[in-house]
Amino acid sequence: MQSFELLRAADPSAAIAAASRSATAQQGASVRFLAGGTTLVDLMKLGVEAPHLLVDINRLPLDGIGRAADGGLRIGATARNSDLAHDPIVKAEYAALSQAILSGASTQLRNAATTAGNLLQRTRCLYFRDTATPCNKREPGSGCSAIDGANRMLAILGTSEHCIASNPSDMAVAMLAYDAMVHIQGPQGERQVAIADFFLLPGDTPDRENVLQPGDLVTHVTLPPPEVGARAAYLKLRDRVSYEFALVSAAVSVTMAEGRMASVRFALGGVGTRPWRVPAAEASLIGQPPGEAAFRQAADLALAGARPQSQNGFKIELARRCLVHALNQVTR
Amino acid sequence: MSASHSAPTQASPMNVIGRPHPRVDGALKVTGAARYAGDHYLPGMLYAVPVGATIAKGSITAIDAGVAEQMPGVRAILRRGSFPPLGRAELDMSSADTTSILDEFRPPFDDDVVRYYGQYVALAVADSFEQAKAAADAVRVSYAVEIPDVDPALVAEKMTVKSERGDAEAGFAGAAVTIDQRYAMAPETHNPIETHATLAVWEGDALTLHETTQGVINHRNVVARMLGLPAEKVRVISRFLGSGFGNKLWPWTHSPLAAAAARTLGRPVKLVLSRAMTFQSVGHRPRIEQRIRLGATADGKLTSVRHDYVNATSILDSYEENCGEATPHMYSTPNLRVTAGIARRNIGTPTSMRGPGAVPGLYALESGMDELAVALGMDPVELRLRNEPSIDEGLGVPFSSRHFQECLRVGAERFGWSRRDPRVGAMTRDGLTLGWGVAACSWIAERFASNAAVDLRDDGTARVACAIQDIGTGTYTVMAQMVAERLGLPTDRIEVALGDTRLPAGPVSGGSMATASLVAPIHEAVAKAGAALIAAACAAKDGPFSGSRPEELDFVEGKITAKTGNRQAMGFDTVLKALGMPAISGSGSGTGTFMAPGKPTVSKHSFGAHFVEVTWQPETARLRVARTVSVIDAGRILNPLAARNQIEGSVVMGIGMALFEETHYDARNGAPVNASLADYVVATHADAPAMDVHFLEYPDTSLNALGARGVGEIGLAGTAAAITNAVYHATGVRVRELPLKLEHLMS
Ligand SMILES: Cc1cc2nc3c(=O)[nH]c(=O)nc-3n(C[C@H](O)[C@H](O)[C@H](O)COP(=O)(O)OP(=O)(O)OC[C@H]3O[C@@H](n4cnc5c(N)ncnc54)[C@H](O)[C@@H]3O)c2cc1C
Repeated sequence: MQSFELLRAADPSAAIAAASRSATAQQGASVRFLAGGTTLVDLMKLGVEAPHLLVDINRLPLDGIGRAADGGLRIGATARNSDLAHDPIVKAEYAALSQAILSGASTQLRNAATTAGNLLQRTRCLYFRDTATPCNKREPGSGCSAIDGANRMLAILGTSEHCIASNPSDMAVAMLAYDAMVHIQGPQGERQVAIADFFLLPGDTPDRENVLQPGDLVTHVTLPPPEVGARAAYLKLRDRVSYEFALVSAAVSVTMAEGRMASVRFALGGVGTRPWRVPAAEASLIGQPPGEAAFRQAADLALAGARPQSQNGFKIELARRCLVHALNQVTR
Repeated sequence: MSASHSAPTQASPMNVIGRPHPRVDGALKVTGAARYAGDHYLPGMLYAVPVGATIAKGSITAIDAGVAEQMPGVRAILRRGSFPPLGRAELDMSSADTTSILDEFRPPFDDDVVRYYGQYVALAVADSFEQAKAAADAVRVSYAVEIPDVDPALVAEKMTVKSERGDAEAGFAGAAVTIDQRYAMAPETHNPIETHATLAVWEGDALTLHETTQGVINHRNVVARMLGLPAEKVRVISRFLGSGFGNKLWPWTHSPLAAAAARTLGRPVKLVLSRAMTFQSVGHRPRIEQRIRLGATADGKLTSVRHDYVNATSILDSYEENCGEATPHMYSTPNLRVTAGIARRNIGTPTSMRGPGAVPGLYALESGMDELAVALGMDPVELRLRNEPSIDEGLGVPFSSRHFQECLRVGAERFGWSRRDPRVGAMTRDGLTLGWGVAACSWIAERFASNAAVDLRDDGTARVACAIQDIGTGTYTVMAQMVAERLGLPTDRIEVALGDTRLPAGPVSGGSMATASLVAPIHEAVAKAGAALIAAACAAKDGPFSGSRPEELDFVEGKITAKTGNRQAMGFDTVLKALGMPAISGSGSGTGTFMAPGKPTVSKHSFGAHFVEVTWQPETARLRVARTVSVIDAGRILNPLAARNQIEGSVVMGIGMALFEETHYDARNGAPVNASLADYVVATHADAPAMDVHFLEYPDTSLNALGARGVGEIGLAGTAAAITNAVYHATGVRVRELPLKLEHLMS
């Protein structure tokens, strides 16, 4: 690990000012915000991240969780994942989000991990984490070791010839299904970005993972008001029972009217280079009665264009089944 | 979770032996008072961090330590030539001397050739761990790189016959049904929670190592040879271990490296391996490919068995995974042939991992038996019952004690096996498909030579000492139990000293032999201490027994008694006080049976049967092990609590072996790439099924007076096969490659 300075920011603007000195907010950033540290410190020990300055944001007043003015939910950037998952509003009205968080990591990690940190966690691709191997995400232009290497866990959607790293977050998948809005305060002021636009596809710049610019501090995330009568679930499939990243996962939320699906939201995890959502696939179910054939068709739409890697071709079918199973679960 | 016992043997006087006994060292561990090797801090101590090769084949052309050497706190960047070459100690498991064994013969920094990824090429030593790590990362090593060979397809250099009887080929000719299948398993890494650590301290020409070792004496002997010292100049201490599973049995190169660094720099040096390094340089269970051929008559009698296997090993060493150990004695067959071979790869040297040989071997054999049962249309329990041998047909000698059929019958009863519908996928519960599988297990029952000493003290306590180790299995506790039982005392009056080469020489903690090895020396030591007390009491001018002759007295349950007459027995503490002696000692020794020369007269093994229920959700490909029943025939159980813990732990580890564990070597650079506990998947608590462990308690006195064998490894044998057999029953898919993954089952 490289030596670094630690700054305990007194207020958000001090934190932003300090972070804006970095040339990038992406891979290679020389200043990083320190939230729970469960991703960042790990990567610093591995030499994957080497910031000179850590700006500790844990004492900033960004940890609230509460009802937003529009009846939705406002989730502070440093709210702990465990607090969010067990929040009564989240459990009652955004069940897929609560389940998604609880399906991830371990109790100890969730107690430390934060909303923004979870959104910004890095891929678990083995080669990204191993500085002795080429990786375009870590070292642009060095090559992708995963395409011809261990890629069972990696993405089948949104990949490029430069990178096939999967986004590992469970929380972000549920937030995507719920149309979350990411609120950012930067050197130029405040802005908000829909979560669907927050993450970037790797293309030929896999080192750039999101829209954040130097100094950008995620202050909170908002969810729109819950849909009345929605039934929601998060289904995560993996090898062992607990404490493992998803092979595939699905966050689903459906409302019914007269035996037909009135609104349908779903997003997939474990399969994409970013949390994956296909509006046309959701739309295909509106007005239909729930049923295996319709679900399967929607799943095909959601997985259109999937490209298997050498070890993860099974994810295409597993993701279909995961989605169909979850939709069955909430419409039965 | 439950455990129970049948055939209870005679209760011991103090009800100490054979009773569930919590760990005597438990409080020390849960309060953090137990200090492990890495927990020791000495004034002036330096920290060492190895630099591992980032290639798996090639040679070092240059080491540039210029930057690293200038970094704060850095004392030295050691490499080849920084200290005189270390000696070689080439003694493996096949040597007669079982007290100087190692698996990786090449001393560290011996040449500039790199033969596996992570091989140590330099060592950064600094005032703090952080400084040493930063310096190690700053060392620039240039290599002439060659393409490594980590090819998983194993072709043996040559095959060697390990056991043969009859004519195996002819035996297939007469068979009504034959099976010919290949089974492969991925390399596994032990991953004890405590990573390896060495703290090396020199005082003049004498060395003390605070170590993580399953064998202090063996470790001392090997390191002394490498450093060119007489063994008595080296002291090895290992009081507590965060387990080992075999990768702490024999010394690995970091230990002599730490000692050499400490000698070179004149300061104590601590070296703790990272988790990633434990995937590279301290052994693993290698990849193994096995072929099983079985022939049987229509009514299920085996006519022939062939078992051929090849394991990967490193370039310089010839580690052999003895997969055919159990095959010759497991079932009755007139014809049998077992052959073995190795294939060299650019990997670190493999080593014993819990149940070496028998565990992978029985995975293959017991999978084959299940396939044979299916081919015959016969119940797999019945097939096994029908092939019970009356003697060990491999050795041609009787078994000391074998109750395998009872394991099957009791297990079937406890599991509810009679309700099994043999048709694939026919059993369901709550929308899940059930699969029921069974497999046998077997493990050697042997003992090592060992010594022990016992002190009786005038305060009514006793101390027992042996240079053996407690790797977390309960050796402290069972030693206290053995002495307590002999002296008629509760265990809290017994002090146990172990894990230090200054104590009477003891064996490695391996092969499930520690407990069996300790009985004779401890019993003798107690008796000798008693005899010494009698002699002293008789010789005393005055005192309770002065004037008596020793042959008139006995030492029973800690008391001196007269053989005749109704004289009051007197406790050793009272006698010692009367004699004005603070303590009196006795020592004992026991011989070993393991690898003893000459042909054995009995075959000593433990046996068992595992029954497994898996649940299968076809749509989501969700496979879970739901419940298990394990019936184990391991002689008399001295501490049922610790014994059950061993079997349950093995079953959970077996779930990992069957479904999760796989060290992935990258074909391009030879690195074990998933070298962390997030990426190398082991079973978690949440994966642990409902486990029923039952011991048949038939004392086996061929090994020791208490009739105890060992329980540390047998539970892992057979578990993976029982799981994959259950998976076949649920899904109809026969996966012959471990770990079995859900994509294998998606069709
Ligand atoms: C062993 C293990 C298993 C895991 N399993 C799972 C799993 O199954 N599912 C899953 O979803 N996750 C899993 N995780 C990941 C875990 O959820 C993340 O590590 C965690 O959510 C990160 O949050 P943090 O607060 O610790 O982030 P940090 O490590 O503090 O930060 C992560 C990144 O976000 C940046 N950042 C933090 N806050 C802000 C902000 N307000 N504005 C801008 N940038 C910010 C940091 O600078 C850093 O770059 C696992 C992690 C581990 C170590």
